[in-house]
Amino acid sequence: MARNVWDSTVGKKTVMAVSGLVMLLYLLVHMLGNLKIFFGPSDYNGYAHWLRTLGEPALHYEWALWIIRVVLVASVVAHIVTAYQLSRRDIRARPVGYVHRRARATYATRTMRWGGVILALFIVWHLLDLTTLTVNRNAQPGHPYQNVEATFHTWYGDVIYIVAMLALGLHVRHGLWSAAQTLGVGSRSRDRALKTVATVVAVVLAGGFIAVPVGVMTGTVH
Amino acid sequence: MRLTLRIWRQKNATAPGAMKAYDIDGVSPDMSFLEVLDTLNEKLTLEGEDPVAFDHDCREGICGACSLVIDGQAHGPERTTSCQLHMRSFRDGDTIDVEPWRAAAFPVVRDLVVDRGAFDRIIQAGGYVSVPTGSAPEAHATPVPKADADRAFEHAECIGCGACVAACPNGSAMLFTSAKVNHLGALPQGAPERETRVLDMVAQMDAEGFGGCTLTGECATACPKGIPLTSITSMNREWLRATRKSGRR
Repeated sequence: MARNVWDSTVGKKTVMAVSGLVMLLYLLVHMLGNLKIFFGPSDYNGYAHWLRTLGEPALHYEWALWIIRVVLVASVVAHIVTAYQLSRRDIRARPVGYVHRRARATYATRTMRWGGVILALFIVWHLLDLTTLTVNRNAQPGHPYQNVEATFHTWYGDVIYIVAMLALGLHVRHGLWSAAQTLGVGSRSRDRALKTVATVVAVVLAGGFIAVPVGVMTGTVH
Repeated sequence: MRLTLRIWRQKNATAPGAMKAYDIDGVSPDMSFLEVLDTLNEKLTLEGEDPVAFDHDCREGICGACSLVIDGQAHGPERTTSCQLHMRSFRDGDTIDVEPWRAAAFPVVRDLVVDRGAFDRIIQAGGYVSVPTGSAPEAHATPVPKADADRAFEHAECIGCGACVAACPNGSAMLFTSAKVNHLGALPQGAPERETRVLDMVAQMDAEGFGGCTLTGECATACPKGIPLTSITSMNREWLRATRKSGRR
């Protein structure tokens, strides 16, 4: 069955849909967790510490976090590999283009591939910035609240983050609805509802993430 | 009406092609698009030039032979087949681009004619029902609920023209394949081959070199028969079900 799924375009899309939904679920929780920053440093840093002790005593310190990281890396790799393979196939399927070109599909749909590349690059930046603290000047390990502030006190930190979150919103808007179609849960009567859900999730997700740099810039978070 | 047609001219499958402009006068708004090509071809023949090769048959919008990309849109600006497109959809003095379907799986044979044999092979892979064909069965032996009959008929409307492939940015044949899968899958006669049909047809579709579906919706917008985009969703559901049930490796 695994062979059958991997060899088929429909199967590869299923892998994309499932891995995308796993990442989306993580992002929703991540976004809600981020909002704790508006309750001050002790709440936020306490929450960050709690993430490390999650599952204790059944799990060891940071084990839950590492399990989540392994699942996420697997999802990111599966999503990127299937996207790359399917995209190559799609490009090969139309070797000669039309002379008369016209704008096709919606902006969110047309930007899925490059939007995805932007998001992949952002994830690398984001990990170097707030996980390993490699590129974060004035960062102190164990003080996430202060590190987030340090990031969003730089203009480039704000620009990179906000652009990436807008790209995320667009990606999720087409991606979530598409995942529903790929997994076969869409139907004509449900289509409008699914599109609305995808748009609402995209706006809430991007808005929730962007609230943090906006909070730092406006001094709500200090 | 006076028009300029810019038409893709290509001698054969291997020769390089190019767009060539032709001025044509005295076009009536009531002419169909194919009649304009006929008029042009008469003129070209008299002038000793090769006429433009294009596919056509019934000219009633029911056979699926005509296959023109007009101004970048499969079958042109109206939601119908090229033969049912009339010149009233254009304005006097327009320049109109006419190109063949573009897909690796639909190689150009000549000018505007492409080889759509890939669709036949997808049908051969599973787009049929196996029934004994001796005497006619008793009419009430296999009742079909009205809703199922309607659903089957909606998808049976697909004429296999290939506009979905031509319109799709990925040259995907998902809408065509899903129309066939859903048509037969909705009927009791199609039930015995339900799993093998969708698995084999999708496998053949992939083997022909069509692209994958990215749900841009271009196919359903171009389809002259109005096969809905959710037809693809239904096929995905069928494919996942068949993959689980068949245990095929």
